[in-house]
Amino acid sequence: MWESLVQPFAEFSFMRRAMMGCIAISVGGTPVGVFLLLRRMSLTGDAMAHAILPGAAVGFLVAGLSLGAMTVGGLIAGMTVALLSGFVARVTALREDASLAAFYLISLALGVLIVSTRGSNVDLMHVLFGTVLALDNAALILLSSIASITLFALAFIFRPLVLECADPQFLRSVSGLSTITHFTFLALVVMNLVGGFHALGTLMAVGIMILPAAAARFWAVSIGGLIVAAVAIAIASSVCGLLVSYHFGLPSGPAIILVAGIVYGISLTLGPVGSLAAPVFRHRVNA
Amino acid sequence: MTYALAFEKLTLGYDSHPAVHQLDGEVADGSLTAIVGPNGAGKSTLLKGVTGVLRPLAGQVRFGTCARSDIAYLPQQSDIDRSFPITVVDLVAMGLWSEIGGLFGLRAAHRARIDDAISAVGLAGFESRIIGSLSGGQFQRALFARLLLQNAQLVLLDEPFTAIDAKTLVDLLGVVRRWHGEGRTVIAVLHDAEVVRTHFPETLMLARDLVAHGPTAKVLTAANQFRARQMCEACTGSPHDCGRYAS
Repeated sequence: MWESLVQPFAEFSFMRRAMMGCIAISVGGTPVGVFLLLRRMSLTGDAMAHAILPGAAVGFLVAGLSLGAMTVGGLIAGMTVALLSGFVARVTALREDASLAAFYLISLALGVLIVSTRGSNVDLMHVLFGTVLALDNAALILLSSIASITLFALAFIFRPLVLECADPQFLRSVSGLSTITHFTFLALVVMNLVGGFHALGTLMAVGIMILPAAAARFWAVSIGGLIVAAVAIAIASSVCGLLVSYHFGLPSGPAIILVAGIVYGISLTLGPVGSLAAPVFRHRVNA
Repeated sequence: MTYALAFEKLTLGYDSHPAVHQLDGEVADGSLTAIVGPNGAGKSTLLKGVTGVLRPLAGQVRFGTCARSDIAYLPQQSDIDRSFPITVVDLVAMGLWSEIGGLFGLRAAHRARIDDAISAVGLAGFESRIIGSLSGGQFQRALFARLLLQNAQLVLLDEPFTAIDAKTLVDLLGVVRRWHGEGRTVIAVLHDAEVVRTHFPETLMLARDLVAHGPTAKVLTAANQFRARQMCEACTGSPHDCGRYAS
């Protein structure tokens, strides 16, 4: 038993690298996911993940499977969509969700077009589903840097961000930080998605942000508690998912996300806060 | 007379449809004023115009004894996400923003003031409760504690006593009296004529245009209320039905 849990990591360096990469994504991306969830923007993460595709595709066309080019391309595409949709929502009658949907759909179509005319299906699969078992040093450094920057930035904007979520009108009445906070947060979302797509792919990267955050909602009440619980769930799901994919020969990205999905299912039914079983718990405590 | 703020031909509205029209008048420094009027009379819009959230279509708000940055504003309750997981202390402590900003921590003196404000609104013992678990009245008390901490010269309240119980109403009116006693200027949008008569010396009656402004007993008359309703009904159709705005 112990052997099947530890040996894969002890024996193969690609498993250790995969684990490191996933831990970095969990530590950086999941707190961002918690705020997406609290701001009722869970689906925004998904939209942004689609939006970075053309940037990554252009990077791929220019420089092949180059980490730097695809990262820069993804960042530019993601930021452009975030800024444009934010701008349109602020100066026209269109709401932010609608303008974001419009821009990400355009961006996604552009991305698929670029990838399918110039690359092969294998390349598209790489962008969509990632290569967590083939992370090199440069990719690991990138993922760790993004995690570090994210944590520092979140610590820096924590208070205005909480206010922006809970009572945006109050924040606007006492300070001019509302817009800056909003766009800094969107930048963090894009950055973590771009980092995540190297390991898990654009589609799966959203999973490790949102699923642990959603599961944590059934375990913790405060924001700090939510973040700690979500990061713990994300790391545990990553390690379990890697082991499952190793032992059963399954693709690792989807395996990690599915394990997180199982944790979500368990939390939904058995978690102590607001889950299906929560009324039963309370009844037993009172009795 | 020194004024806290003055309206000069102030016209406020949305999409160039005026909700407040050509308003003139002064709010005296240290006065306690109620804004009354029928639904859609522009009462909330007027407060938004004072805070600067809404830019005037024409005219202006002039600030006398207090600055625009020195306003504590309580909007209508629906604008706050009550499912957001923060505690009563967190919510109340937001009132200190203008003093400590977004980055610095709370010192012991700040914590003492937060505790004082929470006791002043009768919420002692609820400090670590999540705001989602408070009743409507308790939540309103917490918002008043936050206003107390903002320590502003001008306090704007938008329907602060809607849907709260009698005990909470008495306590929160006590807070309003305390502000008045401290020489702050308080302006509140209110519906309950009884509360206005008993506790608010000044009244501004609005029906898009100014109906009357002055001592409550002279403003809050049956004749004025009837006139206000008529003026508002004249404008509830499409804006073109209302002759005053056609040009």
